[in-house]
Amino acid sequence: MAVEPKAGFPMGKATRDAFGEALREAGRTNPNIVVVDGDVNNSTRTEWFAQEFPERFINVGIAESNLVGIGAGLAASGKLPVIASFACFIMCNGYDQLRMSVAFPNLNVKVVGSHAGISIGEDGPSQMAIEDVALALGMPTFTVVVPADEPSTHKAVAAMLAAEGPAYMRVGRPDVPVVYGDDPEITLGKANQLRDGDDVTLIANGIMVAAALEAARDLADEGVEARVLDMHTVRPLDVAAVTQAARETGKIVVAEEHLVQGGLGSVVAMAVAEHAPCRMAFVGVENTYAESGDAEALLEKYGLTAAHIAAKARGLL
Amino acid sequence: MSVEAKMSIAELEEQARVLRRDIITCTTVAGSGHPSSSLSGVEIMAALYFGGIMRHDPAAPQWPDRDRLIMSKGHASPLLYVALAHAGYFSTDLLPTLRQIGSPLEGHPNMTRLPGVEASTGSLGQGLSIGLGHAFAARMEQRDFHVFVILGDGEQDEGQVWEAAMTAAHYKLDNVTAIVDHNKAQQTGWVRDVLDYAPLAEKWRAFQWDVQEIDGHDMATVANALARAKATAGRPSCIIAHTVKGKGVSFVEADYSYHGKSLTKEEEGRALEELGWQ
Repeated sequence: MAVEPKAGFPMGKATRDAFGEALREAGRTNPNIVVVDGDVNNSTRTEWFAQEFPERFINVGIAESNLVGIGAGLAASGKLPVIASFACFIMCNGYDQLRMSVAFPNLNVKVVGSHAGISIGEDGPSQMAIEDVALALGMPTFTVVVPADEPSTHKAVAAMLAAEGPAYMRVGRPDVPVVYGDDPEITLGKANQLRDGDDVTLIANGIMVAAALEAARDLADEGVEARVLDMHTVRPLDVAAVTQAARETGKIVVAEEHLVQGGLGSVVAMAVAEHAPCRMAFVGVENTYAESGDAEALLEKYGLTAAHIAAKARGLL
Repeated sequence: MSVEAKMSIAELEEQARVLRRDIITCTTVAGSGHPSSSLSGVEIMAALYFGGIMRHDPAAPQWPDRDRLIMSKGHASPLLYVALAHAGYFSTDLLPTLRQIGSPLEGHPNMTRLPGVEASTGSLGQGLSIGLGHAFAARMEQRDFHVFVILGDGEQDEGQVWEAAMTAAHYKLDNVTAIVDHNKAQQTGWVRDVLDYAPLAEKWRAFQWDVQEIDGHDMATVANALARAKATAGRPSCIIAHTVKGKGVSFVEADYSYHGKSLTKEEEGRALEELGWQ
């Protein structure tokens, strides 16, 4: 299963695969990393770390609340825990524990939620996290990261592990197009401008970055030059890049594979409203749950494609 | 207070009387708090911190080899604070600042603001899992410290407690001791009326823990049980300490509705008189 490559981007691995590889690689140089799993390690790809470092891997069974608490205790005793499950389960089932045991005491716990968004496809809405970024943003000490593709996920994992404090990273199930070169620069809190343009700015993260780039090419065919920002870090938000985009292009479309409220669009809108008010539009899951089905068909049905982004951009012109 | 200083049973009983006095006075000054939930656990805390059970050093609260005490029933923060203050983690002068703006003695424990507080708690059910995290860290780093977690009996309602209980047994975390302050009362009534989960000891035994059921107010019994739990090998230990909510103050003992209420100045006087302070 894959999200089809658009606009000529080569297909890459899923961001969960990149996370699993980067985690195993980090384990080789950082003996302090401990991975805690809620019995989904072959889905989240923490199994690759587990195979190489079984003594630093704990499967607690299907018990996300306990999983989070164990992560908190490990961090309080000086370990670097990476706790991972499906995004919907660790963020929703474990939310009180994340808030109380991790966020409030500001412990150095790295939370990774896989299978985020509706692009998981056939398993359906019970497994689709569409609110996880909003929940992560609900914890004021959390850094929130949503990488776009395989190479940038590698870099984002390393950056997240190197930073102090609690962090949430969202990764996806399907293979996704590669929008970066082999060695992208990922600095948490700093947006990457992937395309320049002065007519409109498309701000996206996760799988919507590739869609935004495709939308930009379609718009260019019509003579509209769109700037594209990969906002891989939702918190801390790159307010400077947002402000500059608002001033220089005067129109912003935000696209994310998440509920339209509470995620990237909301925080970008706050920054725009405060620093450089301009017209905006939002692409995301409208107030609904999705359904089971083919990933591409779901993205089309629920409005998360390049065409939807381009249409919103045209509406602002 | 030096590392592993150890009082006699008689000295511990006197220390418990001091802790009870300070629990009552600091919550009365604050005008709110949970004195009754704190009073039931006094002998347990006295034995841990003053009876030579805990290996700890107030001068080095982050010492990697220290034993950990996690107050999972975070509303009993006054009990934790008076014990830590008398153990030397901070001045007893701070106790009257309980719950006031600017004070690190918050309504529920905040580990980022006060030395000796091992976990921020107050949302019930979470402390044992945190304790397991410390215990796993000890195993990975080959340290021999022990983790004590004090849970409330109302807290036994929380599913996370049993998730943690299963996990500790599966991984044979014998460096963990869960102490249930079984004072029989919770916020809106007696435990047996709110959610009767009896038999409690059998539940912990069924979860493959070593279980001791004790009189939680008999100092020698408490100290011996804690020492045995710490020495138990091969599986985690649970001590079900039968206690009395509000222990030492007759009119609080008799009335569960004192949960979450400090004593008035007049009640404080009566309470201190019962404890032999006036």
